[in-house]
Amino acid sequence: MKNLICSLCEVPGPSGFETRIRKLIKSEVESYADEIRTDNLGNLIVRKGKTGPESKRIMIAAHMDEIGFMVTHIDKGGYVRFMPIGGVNASACIGSRVRMLDGLPGLIHAERKLNGDKPLTFENMFIDLGYEDQRDNPVQVGDVAVYDYHPIDLGDRLVSKALDDRIGVAVLVETLRMIKEDDINLSNDIYFVFTVQEEVGLRGAAPAAFGIKPDLGIAVDVTRTGDTPKALRMSVDLGKGPAVKVRDQRLIADPRVVSWMVSVAEKSEIPYQLEVLESGSTDAGVIQLVQTGVPAGCLSIPCRYLHTPSEMVDLRDVKNAVRLMIELLTQPVSLV
Amino acid sequence: MRENGTLKIDEGQERLLERLCNASAVSGDETEVRAIVLESVKPFVDEVAVDVMGNVLVKRFGDGKNLMKVMLAAHMDEVGMMVTHDEGKGKFRFDVVGGIPSHILPAKSVWVGRNKIPGIIGAAPIHLTTKVERRKPISMEDLRLDVGPDNGKEVKIGDRVVFSTEFTTQENAIFAKALDDRIGVTILIQLLKNAPVNIDLLAAFTVQEEVGLRGAITAAFELDPDIAIAIDCTPANDQPAWDEGDDRWSENTQYNTRLGKGPAVYVADRGTISDPRLVRHFVNASQENDIPFQFRQPGGGRTDAAAIHKQRSGTPSISISVPARYVHTPLSVCDRLDWENTQKLINFGLVSIPGDILAVEI
Repeated sequence: MKNLICSLCEVPGPSGFETRIRKLIKSEVESYADEIRTDNLGNLIVRKGKTGPESKRIMIAAHMDEIGFMVTHIDKGGYVRFMPIGGVNASACIGSRVRMLDGLPGLIHAERKLNGDKPLTFENMFIDLGYEDQRDNPVQVGDVAVYDYHPIDLGDRLVSKALDDRIGVAVLVETLRMIKEDDINLSNDIYFVFTVQEEVGLRGAAPAAFGIKPDLGIAVDVTRTGDTPKALRMSVDLGKGPAVKVRDQRLIADPRVVSWMVSVAEKSEIPYQLEVLESGSTDAGVIQLVQTGVPAGCLSIPCRYLHTPSEMVDLRDVKNAVRLMIELLTQPVSLV
Repeated sequence: MRENGTLKIDEGQERLLERLCNASAVSGDETEVRAIVLESVKPFVDEVAVDVMGNVLVKRFGDGKNLMKVMLAAHMDEVGMMVTHDEGKGKFRFDVVGGIPSHILPAKSVWVGRNKIPGIIGAAPIHLTTKVERRKPISMEDLRLDVGPDNGKEVKIGDRVVFSTEFTTQENAIFAKALDDRIGVTILIQLLKNAPVNIDLLAAFTVQEEVGLRGAITAAFELDPDIAIAIDCTPANDQPAWDEGDDRWSENTQYNTRLGKGPAVYVADRGTISDPRLVRHFVNASQENDIPFQFRQPGGGRTDAAAIHKQRSGTPSISISVPARYVHTPLSVCDRLDWENTQKLINFGLVSIPGDILAVEI
């Protein structure tokens, strides 16, 4: 699974420009799908399971897009000005390496601060592509770029850009693979949705859910941890298991869904944590409000250093997330 | 009966824009503009309806079956103010409707309510303030609407207030209030008149864009199009930068758009990432028809497209706007050539849009 995660992380796919990552995911899951389609906004929808009056429609969502950068102006010196796509961490940008979607590599730096107290803003930053005469660069307003780093294998832990949310994508792909390979019989109709544009405002998930009309929606996304020096208070730790989300900024998880997820985890003896996220949101928040409403929850993968080029997950949490997902999809859904 | 001219701006369109800009239609009370729109479009459309929110929804079908359904949206409302408290003797407290920066309000003349009662937004006269007070920006708390001591009875709580700007032109410069988005409304009316025959044109003259894109939500849900284009008016902050010190690097890098550089094609704003297929298509249309265009700088601001593209199962969308300086203030300026080129670009883009443009995976 490590190889899968690494190949997913390395493909560029900032919000709105998910073509390449969608192509890779499609090639990974095509053979596992009963039906596969791409919707109007580019969400990739894979159906697997049993249709019929007895079966519930369950939507599992992981977002394909990553944070990135969009060119706003080539200044008179030829330096490339940009705006962030999604919640890019400004201080993590300085000195970082990036690559334009068409392949041109470069780095980000900033104007020197004239008044020492002014905070770092994206207006002061630029991308340097290293041309002798910078004005020779072929970049245009509207072009996009992402962080350019290979993953680092630390054994049980993995560091990479875009673990948010390629790790969620990997969980879905791996779940589909195991369903196929272990010939698991699904009694429900599962829609595995690889959504677009989550990082810029949870935009892809609701239109996808509108078309599917699920009875239950679960997002699979990363969440912060509280276990680094003087970190913001957070009860989730790396390596202590996948997290069952109770609440985030856009979602109060349906308590019946939370109970169900917890009871399945306990019955199957899979380690888990309970998560309350004070600031941050996932696709589940918008899935919940589609049509006449959808009971919604979220399975979170603990991850350090979110929205920087070096996010970190524990692969044991990831494997347990896959185990828990399989149990959730194969045991009866009981929301009481 | 369709006219397929080159879509140059003519006297008729200019008079229509004048009528629209001089009309009062602050978000939530678009009555006056809606009446002008209905009167203008009725002669040449197949279906017209006004929905619950007050959006005017118009259909002009093309020639043939199963044509692509293209939604074009322009908003009828303008930013303005609303009367909130009567303090007696013709003085009222008020609030802004939509994004008007409060520092531009003092000393502006306004029209109040449907009867356009003249008024002034007052602040204390200069000889009654201290030097310290004059340095601070005046807050909304200290501003009052004054319609004159005897006219208070003409004004009701909830009355909407607009800047009393009259439309005027000078060569290619057009000076008016509410170019955002009466210019989009004018363009949309003209496109309906010259509707392409290869698509079903679903036009939405929307309400309440300035307070949260609200009309567009129900309009898009009702029209359920295949693709959508928002036609708006976007800031041109293209003044030179006056940086202290360093001339080598002194440059305005945050101009958003520039006046005179053509229609502004959006790649992304705060609310929408335009469908790349539509961006490519309109860029090609501009190059093939020799129409200048510029990319609107990706960044802040939203258009109706932000609401439209997320309705139902999603709709690939794009915005194409006319640049104007000083939007959301009493007087904006735009360039007649930018207006004309925006109209032409959208038209040529529509007549050449392939029926299978969405068949290419995004």
